[in-house]
Amino acid sequence: MAATSVVPVPPGPMEREWTTPDRGTVGIIFLIVTETALFSIFVVTYLVYIGKSLNGPYPREVLSIPIIASICLLLSSWTVYRAEHALQHNHLDRFKLWWIITILLGGEFLIATGVEWYHLITKEHFTISTNLAGSTFYSLVGLHASHVIVGLTFLLLVLIVTLAGFPIQTQFRRVRFLSWYWHFVDGIWVVVFTVVYIIGR
Amino acid sequence: MASIDYPLEHPKIHPREFSFSETLYAWVATVDHKRLGLMYIVSALIFLVIAGIMASVMRIQLAVPNNHFVDPDTFNRLFTMHGTTMVFLVGMPIVAGLSNYLVPLMIGARDMAFPRLNAFGFWIFLFGGLLLYYSYIGGSGLSGAGSAPDVGWFAYAPLTEKAFSRGASSDFWALGVMVSGFGSIASAINVIATTISLRCPGMTLSRMPVFVWVMLVDAWLILVALPPLSAAQIMLLLDRSLGANFFNTQAGGSAVLWQHFFWIFGHPEVYILIFPAFGTLSEIIPIFSRKPIFGRPAMVGAVVAIGFISLGVWAHHMFAVGMTSWSNTFFAASSMLVGVPTGIKIFNWTATMYGGKLRFATPMLFCCGFLLQFLVAGLTGIMLAVAPFDWQLHDSYFVVAHFHFTLIGGLVFGVFAGLYYWFPKATGRMLSEKLGKWHFWLFCIGFNMTFIPLHFAGMLGMPRRIYTYAAGRGWESWNMIASIGVIFQAAGILFFVWNVIQSLRFGERAGDDPWDAWTLEWATTSPPPEYNFEKLPVVRSSRPLWDLKHPQDPDWKFE
Ligand SMILES: [Cu+2]
Repeated sequence: MAATSVVPVPPGPMEREWTTPDRGTVGIIFLIVTETALFSIFVVTYLVYIGKSLNGPYPREVLSIPIIASICLLLSSWTVYRAEHALQHNHLDRFKLWWIITILLGGEFLIATGVEWYHLITKEHFTISTNLAGSTFYSLVGLHASHVIVGLTFLLLVLIVTLAGFPIQTQFRRVRFLSWYWHFVDGIWVVVFTVVYIIGR
Repeated sequence: MASIDYPLEHPKIHPREFSFSETLYAWVATVDHKRLGLMYIVSALIFLVIAGIMASVMRIQLAVPNNHFVDPDTFNRLFTMHGTTMVFLVGMPIVAGLSNYLVPLMIGARDMAFPRLNAFGFWIFLFGGLLLYYSYIGGSGLSGAGSAPDVGWFAYAPLTEKAFSRGASSDFWALGVMVSGFGSIASAINVIATTISLRCPGMTLSRMPVFVWVMLVDAWLILVALPPLSAAQIMLLLDRSLGANFFNTQAGGSAVLWQHFFWIFGHPEVYILIFPAFGTLSEIIPIFSRKPIFGRPAMVGAVVAIGFISLGVWAHHMFAVGMTSWSNTFFAASSMLVGVPTGIKIFNWTATMYGGKLRFATPMLFCCGFLLQFLVAGLTGIMLAVAPFDWQLHDSYFVVAHFHFTLIGGLVFGVFAGLYYWFPKATGRMLSEKLGKWHFWLFCIGFNMTFIPLHFAGMLGMPRRIYTYAAGRGWESWNMIASIGVIFQAAGILFFVWNVIQSLRFGERAGDDPWDAWTLEWATTSPPPEYNFEKLPVVRSSRPLWDLKHPQDPDWKFE
């Protein structure tokens, strides 16, 4: 057998230059696809069980619309975009500023959820085992909150390494993927908000 | 004329003896897609043997009426663990293992897109499997009742609720399956990113091997179909541990909702499991017919079509639940529709063989077994898609026979074909043709002997999952024949194990390309070096090795 063989290339112009999509981009997109499938089942469950609870308290009696928390979370989508933009243009200080604001806004959302749950459980006696509304409410909102926690953890991680002097510009791709994930978490909140606080009440 | 060097032979790496601990460390800490692929496949085969032994025990119990070989509770655990193991710990790692091993090689890549995520996927899968089996020890929980799960592999609510399933066995079922599912999702994301991003120069989507296409669509199905199961299992765990009411009918919860969620996963899962067989057939039949695959675009199109249609047919598992007649009609129609692309595939494989120069080596024999048996499985599937027919035979042994024809007659035969075909690539040794033929014929005879009679037992009214039955209903002889068939199947598997052990030690050297094949994995050494290809190949057609071997008559002149 010959030591090396030759792949024949047809005469004439070479094929167009060979490029394939970035693997990280593909990975994060399909992570979001699979997460969407997960959320959609919880959303469907919520919708199916609206009005099916056999006993109170019912959502319309105990749930109040978390306007400020929602505004914070949606705003954080914009701030994380600003941060990403700043990093892309190598404005490190601006990046840090917008990044910290994003974390604060996300943290405020999480705290608001905690306060809401504390109020519901201790004052309204509305728990996951109270009725179907409780089961679907805590699971859907909780699933979303757990994604906020994951997102915040990574946001904090980036902040810490940046403050410690790590050249975060070199990881711009990964910062961008994190911001996409954060947009996804915010987008899911729009759905959860609509289902839980508008349709569900 | 431009040309690109394309090495067929690789520099010899000096062999050195490795100590046991070094070898162990190398395997445990590996992120190499080939090692992970082999680890997936080996664990799948070990679980296959375990679940096969469970099946054999059940067949012994059912061989004669009024048998007391095992007690009813043990029997419930046996069929639950058998089904769960076969689907989640045999079928799923086969998917992950074959795509891990072959996809990078076939598209001319050096590894998967995310090697460390890949290692994570394998270990989390194995952890989930061990968690499930730990229930045999720890499943009693504090209440002291039950050990392994006994709720059936689809774990219908409200049987799984705390009130009816004491102890922790159902928690182990939900957790173990869910955790192993995370591994499948990790590997699916990896397969998609690899096929989209790491194709070698010239490997356009239209030139990609059909196997890679199939595994790409398979990964897509895993990503959209597995989360519904995880979601339902999270709800079940919330019900059981925190007192939530999702499937608690006393609090207005719906048991049917579990069925919907389970089968939204469960039907696509059937395709997730069978796809590796579709892939191996699409590679092997052309090689052993010496013809390019017939209707390549139609093959790819059919797989993509299945990837979408199969998401909308799930409720054909629920005709007996009492859905509206509109739902029944819709799901009956969509289930028949999904038979069309499957029919296209069977037609194209047959057409590939038609007029070809056939070589009936062991891989090809298993492919032929697949074609005949999967055809039967497809036909009984169409029968069961007819709602009134299903009402008659729902939950009977007819259904059991049907899906074992798809999963053994189809999947297992297809996977054995693949194992015989790619074993030389992975190990550098040929499997013995003689032992392989023994394996094929014993397994084929045994399989048909077991599962053809079960169709008749089912039509005579034998329900699935009963642990014994009274004499005089006409079921005895069918069950006896079925149980005898198991002996042949087990003998076939023993021949396979023997074959593997023998050829690993004394097998004939395979060389790089023992089958005279056309796809890129045969362009590198057997076994391939850790980096797969010394230089990234450049391809011009869907049969790059054909082009290489026939410079006067390459495919790219015609494609
Ligand atoms: Cu189905």
